[in-house]
Amino acid sequence: MNKLLVSPSPHIHSKDSTRSLMMDVVIALLPAVICSFIFYGWREMVVMAVSVASCVLLEWAITKYMLKKPSTIGDLSAVITGMLLALNVPYTTPWWVIVIGSVVAVGVAKLTFGGIGQNIWNPALVGRVFLLVSFPTYMTTWGAPQGVVDAVSGPTPLGAIQEGLMQGATVQELTSAYSYQDLLFANLGGSAGEVCALALLAGFVYLCIRRVVKPWITLTIFATVAVTSLIFWGINPARFTDPVFNLLTGGLILGACFMATDYVTSPMSVKGGIVFGVGIGFLTMMIRYFGSYPEGVSFAILIMNSVVPLLNMWFKQKKFGRK
Amino acid sequence: MSKNTFSIGGVHPHDNKISRECAITPLPIAPTVYIGMSQHIGAPSVPCVAVGDKVKVGQVIAEPGGFVGAFIHSSVSGTVKSIAPRADLAGRPSTHIEITVEGDEWADGIDTTDTLVTTIPEDPKAIIEKVKLGGVVGLGGATFPTHVKLSPPPGSKCERVIINGCECEPYLTSDFRTLLEKGEQVVVGAALLKKAMGDVPCTIAIEENKPEAIAHVREVIAKLGYSGIDVMVMKMMYPQGGEKQLIDAVMHRQVGSGALPISVGAVVQNVATALAVYDAVQKNKPIVDNSVTVTGECFPKQANLLVRVGTPLRYIVDYLGGVPEDAAKIISGGPMMGRAVANLDAATVKGTGALLFLTEKQTRRQRETNCIRCGKCADACPMGLEPFLLNKLSKAGDVEALEANAAQDCIECGCCLYSCPAHIPLLDNIRIGKGSVSGAIRARAAAAKAAAEAAKAAQTDKK
Amino acid sequence: MVNIIIWTVAVITVLGLVLALVLYLVARKFKVEEDPRIDEVEKVMPGANCGGCGFAGCRAFAEAAVKAPNLDNNFCPVGGNETMAKVAAILGYEVTQKAPMVAVVRCNGTCEARPKVNRYDGFASCNVKSLLYTGDTGCAFGCLGCGDCVNACQFGSLSMDPVTGLPVVDQEKCTACGACTKVCPKHIIELRPKGPRGMRIFVSCVNKDKGPVAKKACANACIGCGICAKTCTHEAITVEGNVAYIDPAKCKLCRECEAMCPTGAIHGVNFPKPLDKDAVKERIKLRQQKAKEAANE
Repeated sequence: MNKLLVSPSPHIHSKDSTRSLMMDVVIALLPAVICSFIFYGWREMVVMAVSVASCVLLEWAITKYMLKKPSTIGDLSAVITGMLLALNVPYTTPWWVIVIGSVVAVGVAKLTFGGIGQNIWNPALVGRVFLLVSFPTYMTTWGAPQGVVDAVSGPTPLGAIQEGLMQGATVQELTSAYSYQDLLFANLGGSAGEVCALALLAGFVYLCIRRVVKPWITLTIFATVAVTSLIFWGINPARFTDPVFNLLTGGLILGACFMATDYVTSPMSVKGGIVFGVGIGFLTMMIRYFGSYPEGVSFAILIMNSVVPLLNMWFKQKKFGRK
Repeated sequence: MSKNTFSIGGVHPHDNKISRECAITPLPIAPTVYIGMSQHIGAPSVPCVAVGDKVKVGQVIAEPGGFVGAFIHSSVSGTVKSIAPRADLAGRPSTHIEITVEGDEWADGIDTTDTLVTTIPEDPKAIIEKVKLGGVVGLGGATFPTHVKLSPPPGSKCERVIINGCECEPYLTSDFRTLLEKGEQVVVGAALLKKAMGDVPCTIAIEENKPEAIAHVREVIAKLGYSGIDVMVMKMMYPQGGEKQLIDAVMHRQVGSGALPISVGAVVQNVATALAVYDAVQKNKPIVDNSVTVTGECFPKQANLLVRVGTPLRYIVDYLGGVPEDAAKIISGGPMMGRAVANLDAATVKGTGALLFLTEKQTRRQRETNCIRCGKCADACPMGLEPFLLNKLSKAGDVEALEANAAQDCIECGCCLYSCPAHIPLLDNIRIGKGSVSGAIRARAAAAKAAAEAAKAAQTDKK
Repeated sequence: MVNIIIWTVAVITVLGLVLALVLYLVARKFKVEEDPRIDEVEKVMPGANCGGCGFAGCRAFAEAAVKAPNLDNNFCPVGGNETMAKVAAILGYEVTQKAPMVAVVRCNGTCEARPKVNRYDGFASCNVKSLLYTGDTGCAFGCLGCGDCVNACQFGSLSMDPVTGLPVVDQEKCTACGACTKVCPKHIIELRPKGPRGMRIFVSCVNKDKGPVAKKACANACIGCGICAKTCTHEAITVEGNVAYIDPAKCKLCRECEAMCPTGAIHGVNFPKPLDKDAVKERIKLRQQKAKEAANE
């Protein structure tokens, strides 16, 4: 017999570990990843491979050679950052642009703050926005799907509409080009993660069943987007797009299900999460309707990420037996 | 599925009641027992026997050392060999009375038959007095002297007695077996407690993973014909058996910070305590033994044993075949709140409810990694606290902020550490923080008292 | 276009002037009158804000020192006599001299001498460990080895020796602020006078168990045998609760106790020559014989 172990209670631990939670997220992203491969073929596979590999390698190299700490790649968070980054860029993006995105995502947004758990902003989104601002040509040239499915080609629906509105067309004319079935099943141009709403939602349901994410954040974002666009659309349907269209386009589902629910950068309490969700939903719609970018989910999430510490401070759970 | 449970937090560890089929069997009496003087919360008891004295089973060998204190009785008959400090299971020395066993002769006046006595004494004070003389303490784990709990401070009124049969800790089955095998006695004990508190309603709360016990107790209540005692089926949830949580679950009232259950009109007693109350009041039998679950996946011989108080742990383990090769940790109590045994030569106390054997794989702590701010600890905390924050504040030693964030409300249930995916030793640190906050509160109270007394003295001087 | 520029410059200038005026007025109105000596005292303080003096920081110490009628109760252990002389000069008080102190670890239960009897698996903090139980060795009084003292030291003067598992004090860096003595749950670390040229002798054990129990737990333990107390000709050693203690005020550094200690629990440090135990023992024997003869006569 070994010498007995002695420790303070509790003496058992749940099966959850950072790694197992991240593994669940990876599994939840798989349907969307597979869909994107089907739609965009080998070039999307290259994008995905480059993105994941560069994120993981960077995290390994930085922790080992610069921070001189034990490596944290085992927790799989770098894999998720890589997957999300890949799902957020067009499949036509050159590989070196993706590597730059990874450097910003993992190197700047995550590890300069102290690694997993310490970052203020979602790393993948920071990488994505950095690329969007730095390489607008690559980041907004959406190639047509070229996989096995025969799909409609062209710019993203939101991009097309903003373009069209500038030229004086009405929203009705512009949206008539897209059917809701197309939007749901991804027969449109866009980044990989924007294209297949159903696959993303399936992953999200899996995460909810496994109790990995906080569903209330996602649901509030959807509700806020729906309500805000309903109001504007009700006022002027010729100028503003309708709720269903807004829910299904522009990476909202990817953002709401996988980026806004990132543990590190979202509030912990239910109340805080609801305020966070309302903020993201509202800001997204404001940017879409009035901003110069056609798509606002990334910016909205990053802005709300910044106020998470405040939300954590303001909205606390009710303590037992206290008012 | 029952929905009765507390309102905040909680976790669902696998219940692992692998010893549930093992009937309670008496353990042969050890050749020597060591009866500790600090078996309860409060002042240690004062020995009232001398070395060389002959004692019988059930004879008083120590008297309460203060208001919050308890009588201690000899659990065996024999000769007092020594009264000396001896290490408890954490290795800390405290006074123990060592008795060499000779035969098994019981003190006069104790009814050792199995006859069920169902007549309830009319006078509540007599019941409480007998509970005190029987050395009854809360056997759910806290070991608070029961007669003190049954004598609420003036001005507070009990509205409901809750008998705690949740046994929400994984692995433990001694309360379950007690309900099944001694259901009658427990119900009579509940009726006694109910009477002692002024004939208030009484609820026996049992978690739904013990359907046999629920059915049996319901049957017994119907058979014995007591009114005002009901069974409440609870949802499986840890820490349902926590006093504050159980009151919330049964009565939907929350005991305030630092307040006693009686402040919301509740008195909670454990199933084993109800049995001890029955023994003390109806049979004049003090606490001399208690049932101990010996279990664990790596332990070949599961058992529920009736163990005399003061039996060395090693004796129990050896009786069942010794410590298994792959056992890495022995726990006195359940895996969530039990205490790791550092010293197997320690003796059992009244509150010892289980000996649990866990393997290295089951219990070894994993390497701590960065907090990922998932909030699982805050979701799990049944007191609605923020363990991740308290952990940080404890490390920084910020007592003021700890108090503002209610560190002193922590019940040390372990839900936070259990659920933390980053394996951060939250509770280890929070205990330290809680200790410093309690210290600060006590110091403040003492200072306020001193100031009040000084003011009073000054006033009398003036007069 | 030019208009816009002019307007902008004008508005900003006016705004700047108005705000400067407001700031000036507020500063005038809320000016706190302070004894200027507080600043002066603070300037000569070491600025470590360690709290070793019993105040929240160097400024708090300066305030207290200025208010106090003398410097008897205020002493900065970090700055020592030099700093206190400066403080006294500023405040016009008499200089108080104190012997320089150093932290001393009174446990020499090395991994070798004090075998582990169980494995601790909780958070690596002595205070957490001490709250739980007496420790992972047979000794209930000795060092727990988790390094709370190392973490508490602001001056980097403590480190854990990986071989012995005990903390080591770097006496050059130690300022005797006392942070380690407060944090140690076993109260092993003591502040003792540094001694002439750093020479000092102390009992490196606090085990209060009876001799055999202590000896079983740790080969280097003080077993409370009292030989040292009997040997000492300066009455510097007392044995209380099965453990010896050397009063630094009375100790004359003769090292006789060190030579006589059967377990090696008494440590002398910074002596120029290594201790020749046999020679000292011989010397003591001779002296005791003479004393006996003298008594017989």
